[in-house]
Amino acid sequence: MTSRGRLAIAIAVIGGLACAGLPLILAGEPYLMRLVTMFSLLLVLAASWNIVGGFTGYPSFATGAFFGLGAYVAAILQAKGVDWRLALVAAGLAGGILAAPVGYGVLRLRGHYFAVASLMLGTILKELTTGWSDLTGGGMGLTIAGAGGDPEVLASFALRVSLALAVLTVLLGAAIKWSRLGFGLDCIRMNETAAAGIGVDAQRLKTYAFILSSIPSAVAGAVYAGWIGYIDPTDVYDVMWSVKPIVAVLLGGVGTILGPVVGAAIFVALEEIVWRNVLSFSAGGLGVLIVLLLLVLPAGVLPSLVSRKTRS
Amino acid sequence: MQLAQVILNGLLLGGLYAAMAAGFSLVWGVLNIINIAQGSAVVLGSYVAYFAWRYAGLNPLLAVALAGPLLFGAGWVLQRFLIQRVIAAPVLITLVFTFGMDLILNNTMISLFTADYRKIEGVFPTVPLHFGALTLPVDRLLAAAAGIGVAFGLHFYLHRSRLGRAIVAVRMDRQTAELMGVRVEIIYATTFGLGLAMAGVAGCLLAAIFPTSPLNSAYYLHIAFVACVLGGLGSVLGAVAGGLLLGVVESLGALFVGAEYGTTVAAVVLLLMLFTRPQGLLGRAGYE
Repeated sequence: MTSRGRLAIAIAVIGGLACAGLPLILAGEPYLMRLVTMFSLLLVLAASWNIVGGFTGYPSFATGAFFGLGAYVAAILQAKGVDWRLALVAAGLAGGILAAPVGYGVLRLRGHYFAVASLMLGTILKELTTGWSDLTGGGMGLTIAGAGGDPEVLASFALRVSLALAVLTVLLGAAIKWSRLGFGLDCIRMNETAAAGIGVDAQRLKTYAFILSSIPSAVAGAVYAGWIGYIDPTDVYDVMWSVKPIVAVLLGGVGTILGPVVGAAIFVALEEIVWRNVLSFSAGGLGVLIVLLLLVLPAGVLPSLVSRKTRS
Repeated sequence: MQLAQVILNGLLLGGLYAAMAAGFSLVWGVLNIINIAQGSAVVLGSYVAYFAWRYAGLNPLLAVALAGPLLFGAGWVLQRFLIQRVIAAPVLITLVFTFGMDLILNNTMISLFTADYRKIEGVFPTVPLHFGALTLPVDRLLAAAAGIGVAFGLHFYLHRSRLGRAIVAVRMDRQTAELMGVRVEIIYATTFGLGLAMAGVAGCLLAAIFPTSPLNSAYYLHIAFVACVLGGLGSVLGAVAGGLLLGVVESLGALFVGAEYGTTVAAVVLLLMLFTRPQGLLGRAGYE
């Protein structure tokens, strides 16, 4: 069997075991359950960012926009009595449907222009959400009724759904990287002009990557909304939802399949260990982590380990 | 007549935006990095003006002479010893790096000064000037004039002084400038220092009119970016034009669409601009 096949099966088996086992092992440990749910949601965002930011090489800051959109679509639908499963699917669809025209437009830009245009998407959605208060509750936010039940049941439920979503997103990343699409994205990252020269339809492939990346992000927002039970625009459209996944992928290794997993785990561990002790400086702490990371370990943990192994 | 007043208000606001955008545009054009910390640097300038007024009674427009050199020094050191180490990295890395710097600076200011809004009061006459039916608040007029004045000062510095010519040379062609004996690292440090100094100056001018809080920084960054793209990258005069235009667009947007959608109006204008004329109104194509 090829090494790719083994890796894919390993991800599926370990992921499946984690989805089945962790909720049982962690039952009665609300703190650890919260931690693993946070990790899974961050992993979903990191692995989906990696499709655009890592495989394609476009520095997107739009993750938070799709996360927020997904959260609001699911919350509004659930408030209208729609089943949660349907709400998750609708959130993913909404993300993809928004990503198609937006991606087609902003992916024509490159470098800084693309980065900031993608950042603007979240700002615009946040302002529109705040303004359209009849539907969204405006700045007052929305409460999701599902949270009214037993907190323990809800926590276990959120844990299982987010874990499953994380495993699926990592597998999606692997499937893309190993497909013709992934090969095209590789070409685009290395030299887009040359890629066009050998017949890669860059505009179409980039847009596909952008759409595929937006769907898990939006579903993650929907899971988050159901888990937390209350959302408002400043929370779910926070730029941190765009930046934390990038930092996690930079920690683990950009453009690799397992980089997001390693990076998200390290990130959540650091966030808990270090910043719990200095809550008032948590954002500044993240800043220190970013600056140190980029100065000391610019390639991320996984590639640094690999290159050390090959050198020795 | 109401329309004329709204446009006038926009121009007064735009004068301040021009000062904010000029430094941001210079750094982007010369170093090819977007300084996400620019908004927080503006707020830092505002705090310099606020505390100089609070404890020494200094007029915020004069605090420019304090905040400018202070932030220039900070920017020079930051660039020379920190940012220089990632300057050649891809866009993603430099963006996330300056984002990290912004988090540190902003969080430090919140820790030291809290997020409360602070306002300088009683410095300027509160009775506005009248020209026919048009009203002109004295503080806004002075601050806008100072903002445009300082931006023009930067423009002439770049085009007349020796160091300024070296900065322009590095912007045009780094390698050739290096061959001519220009020390690029020093030019980078000076440019970043000038960028932060402009932010500090803009902060002082803003503090003369608006309340100061670290919470403003994201909005200021947004302004600098949009004004910079509107005017065209790498041109100080372009940034001035972009700032004035953005001020007018925001004021008209507030009138016709509603003040709560100000950022969206500016963002939509920006996106249209990026798609149709990415080099800006006065800029040249080629910078990315």
